[in-house]
Amino acid sequence: MELLSGADMIARFLQDEGVERIYGYPGGAALHIYDALFRQDKVKHILVRHEQAATHAADGYARASGKPGTVLVTSGPGATNAVTGIATAYMDSIPMVVLCGQVASHLIGEDAFQETDIVGVTRPIVKHSFAIKHPSEIPEVLKKAYYLASTGRPGPVVVDIPKDMTAPTERYEYVYPKKVKIRSYNPVTRGHSGQIKKAVDMMLKARRPVFYTGGGIVTSGASENLTALVRRLGFPITTTLMGIGAYPQTDAQSLSWLGMHGSYEANMAMHHADLIIAIGARFDDRVTNNTSKFCPTAKIVHVDIDPSSISKTVRADVPIVGPADSVINEMISLLQGREMANAEALPEWWATIDGWRAEREGKLYEPSQPGERLKPQEVVEAVYHITRGEAFVTTDVGQHQMFAAQYYKFDKPNRWITSGGLGTMGFGFPAAMGIKQNFPDDIVVCFTGEGSFQMMMQELSTCKQFGTGVKIINLNNGSLGMVRQWQDLNYKSRHAHSYMESLPDFHKLIEAYGFTALKVERHDQLDAALERMFADNDELVFLDVDVDPREHVYPMQVPLGAMRDMLLSKTERT
Amino acid sequence: MRHIISILLENEPGALSRVVGLFSQRNFNIETLNVAPTEDPTLSRLTVTTVGDDRVIEQITKHLNKLIDVVKLVDLTEGNHIERELMLVKVKALGASRDEVKRTVDIFRAQIVDVTPSVYTVQITGDAGKLDAFVQAMAPIGILEVARTGVSGISRGDKVLSL
Repeated sequence: MELLSGADMIARFLQDEGVERIYGYPGGAALHIYDALFRQDKVKHILVRHEQAATHAADGYARASGKPGTVLVTSGPGATNAVTGIATAYMDSIPMVVLCGQVASHLIGEDAFQETDIVGVTRPIVKHSFAIKHPSEIPEVLKKAYYLASTGRPGPVVVDIPKDMTAPTERYEYVYPKKVKIRSYNPVTRGHSGQIKKAVDMMLKARRPVFYTGGGIVTSGASENLTALVRRLGFPITTTLMGIGAYPQTDAQSLSWLGMHGSYEANMAMHHADLIIAIGARFDDRVTNNTSKFCPTAKIVHVDIDPSSISKTVRADVPIVGPADSVINEMISLLQGREMANAEALPEWWATIDGWRAEREGKLYEPSQPGERLKPQEVVEAVYHITRGEAFVTTDVGQHQMFAAQYYKFDKPNRWITSGGLGTMGFGFPAAMGIKQNFPDDIVVCFTGEGSFQMMMQELSTCKQFGTGVKIINLNNGSLGMVRQWQDLNYKSRHAHSYMESLPDFHKLIEAYGFTALKVERHDQLDAALERMFADNDELVFLDVDVDPREHVYPMQVPLGAMRDMLLSKTERT
Repeated sequence: MRHIISILLENEPGALSRVVGLFSQRNFNIETLNVAPTEDPTLSRLTVTTVGDDRVIEQITKHLNKLIDVVKLVDLTEGNHIERELMLVKVKALGASRDEVKRTVDIFRAQIVDVTPSVYTVQITGDAGKLDAFVQAMAPIGILEVARTGVSGISRGDKVLSL
């Protein structure tokens, strides 16, 4: 029997749980825990420069690895600074455990120094939360936290730890709980066979089917099975922004992603489909546009691990509650030896889709002329080519995010890392940092804009401390591009506070941290700059590219319209 | 339509606030809410009445079920059920109206549980409609104070809500 203090239990538990890196920032209420971390060397602590960055870094790691990220912050401002990152993880169903210091039990409720009711503050943005009531319960509560965070529909779990729970003088028995049981929590392990059979029958009878898959495929590691199923049937597939990479985008059956800025052919195919097979996607408003006009001729099969996602915004004809991987597996076995009922229909459907593809071929954007400012799309395409499509790509939020999603093609899951649900500016750089520290041999690119980057640029200091070689590409249009785009379209180009006056000299800023900064103003400078940027994978390089501020993201769905109602350029609409 | 949802909830700090928070967070409404421990001290039973169409009620039950603290729940209005609410009412009981109050109490099969020279305190149980009717009947005489527990309910017959 081993007696440990609460603080040592936390450090030991993290080791036993196999946590290699945690992201955090110390402070009064967390100091016992920090002391315990100091006295061991298995769990590495990455000291960030702002707690929000700790959550985004842990989140980036979780998205890239599929394992829960871990964050450690102190009470009060430490915990409230983490809130945006917790909400980001919650909206995208990312597994994360956030350990928060708290003032000592006897002070709780007395408005003590650095006291915040963080369980209360985070209640609507966590999967669950715990408050430690006695040091002896620490191992079990932590095990429950990791179990909840990473199973079922994953999400962030907050553990509130009053300082007296970690006092070095009080020791209790420590045993690593290999398993925990929570009586009210039993995530489904397989879908309803009858429903799956019904769905398969509908697939075989379909004339104009489309797969519409989301982040759930990435989360449940169902990418391989999904690819097998889609190839077996020969159906077109589109993914959500969160599901990019779950099916190879360079494959002929991929229509790329759908929704507000999704591809023309994906949105058209959805609108005209007679069967939509939605797996691990939640019919989010950025996908459906106006739900009352959504896919008028389609029957809908909806597979999701979370029953509350089914028929939330769009009613499913065949709801299937279950993990994507196992449901897809069962579909594949049910398909064995069976044929499409209307074999002639599928080639016709593909001919229609190829027609849509051809309509937009070569018209996606106007390339820049020599001597002009670059188009942001051109930069993304160039980065795609130089990294051979194999980088981890993180983004912030705005036009650059959409351009990155449109022009970088992903053939693998877990490589496209973006804040889809919450749309958190400032996410990209710390997320890239978290990924690079855990995948040092890979190329990690962060597409950002001068607006987003300034929200989390203090993490340059963290990268300096830990030698983190992320590649930051600043698509600098001198304005908050997406806001400006909306103002162009809806507010007669009255650019209320969407321009960034007084931008810093990014070159000097980056150099102040001892890193390399590159500047590209014209087309002919781009290739050389990218060569230089990716020459050494361990080196942080910041590339500041002047891009055309007048550029808009297209296609863009028309507000309140159907899937097919899109602006295709500044002068064309469907 | 009005629904009565009964929930077995972990008897833990913070559990109730998660349930109540869910309703405000998701823009669902709560008409009445009542909660107390059960015979099993680890469980509370919470009964909430809410109004919504089938789609809303489906979302409410699904989201409630997702809360880790919710162990089990039933929508009592889906089957035959008994619903009761208890109300304590202080009414003016002076002069002629003193007898009038007593008569009305008898008609409603309520009880007078506290008496002063000028006030009767009445206890009445029943469904929400009966309680509303009693309040209406008393209003002209002069209601001083009302305390209602909110609806509590249970299924009829063999059906039980338990672990």
